Amino acid sequence: MHRFANPTRFLSIARPLTPALLGIGLAAILWGCYAGLAIVPPEARQGDSARILYIHVPAAWLGMGGWMALAIAGLVQLVWRHPLAGVSARAIAVPGALFTAICLATGSIWGKPTWGTWWEWDGRMTSMLVLLFLYLGFIAFVNQGEERAAISRAAAIYAVVGAINIPIINRSVVWWNSLHQPASITTGGSAIEPELLWPLGFTVLGFSLLFGAFVLMRMRAILADAKVEARLRRLAAEG
Amino acid sequence: MICADAIPNVKPKQQRLILAVVALIAVIGAGLLATLALRDQAAYFFTPAEAKAATITPGEEVRLGGVVERGSIERQTDGLTIAFRLTDGTAVVPVRYTGIVPDLFAEGSGAVADGRFRADGTFVADRILAKHDERYMAPQMDHIPLNAGDTVVEGDAA
Repeated sequence: MHRFANPTRFLSIARPLTPALLGIGLAAILWGCYAGLAIVPPEARQGDSARILYIHVPAAWLGMGGWMALAIAGLVQLVWRHPLAGVSARAIAVPGALFTAICLATGSIWGKPTWGTWWEWDGRMTSMLVLLFLYLGFIAFVNQGEERAAISRAAAIYAVVGAINIPIINRSVVWWNSLHQPASITTGGSAIEPELLWPLGFTVLGFSLLFGAFVLMRMRAILADAKVEARLRRLAAEG
Repeated sequence: MICADAIPNVKPKQQRLILAVVALIAVIGAGLLATLALRDQAAYFFTPAEAKAATITPGEEVRLGGVVERGSIERQTDGLTIAFRLTDGTAVVPVRYTGIVPDLFAEGSGAVADGRFRADGTFVADRILAKHDERYMAPQMDHIPLNAGDTVVEGDAA
């Protein structure tokens, strides 16, 4: 099992890193959510419904960032055939899909009081829904075979090609007339006043660390699963 | 797929990298071309200027989006019908709507109207959505351009 020589080193790093990410992440999320719900004032025009942004924005970032990580894992798998590439791609897919779903759900809940509709087929919403379907397709794709840790070349290509949707989501509010507003935070600054912005830093950081902890936990579980599988197979062969 | 020995003196790893980069560029190019081609079809609404340029026949279902012109909202005596003007800075379309508007529907703010043009150029909407912009503001008086307040006062006065 020479392929797991490298994962062993990975595990020695991942084991202490997981609780650290989880602990700091949860603390940042709790403080950010408390601040977002109880400390900052209601937004001038939307009132209290604007507070959902402290969940919606990190969820959107992690849904999209998750796919970028998935695409990089796919590329590493295709070019360098690193044994951990497939494992990390499998591990990223489920939390990525989860945060994309949270982004869609919170956006919909915000859309009803703000826009007056739960759902519209505008560019931003449609392309984000496509991202959720891409995640679900990837999860189905990598779970159909016998393989427990690595992913097929086709799945890796799917992950890389699917990344084309990420700049489309990002630019959808610029390229097309859309109901969704343009980005509030750009390289040119923030259109969210500092007084309302600061808890967002905590929730974005917190959810990102939580995402990292999820990925490490899932990678460890996938590696353990593959190890068990290999041992059972060897036992069966020895009879 | 290029075999590992197709090009001498190049490692298979580098060949795969070159192949992946070329494929990636091709995919990004295809994606960009596709979205550019979708530019008109995938738009969620027409702006007033686009609607005028597109020569839409009266009665055809369209969606119109723009900014509600300041001072243009007039509430009719039935208390439910409103008339206002949607503008994109170049063209202006008069709109009529009977029903309840979202809370954020206000003069100087974005709105989207589903409906159809009448022969006289008035747009009759059967649904109004409010558009929110990217600004999030704390509720101090010196920050607010007082859009929301204006409409509430007008609504009460009518």
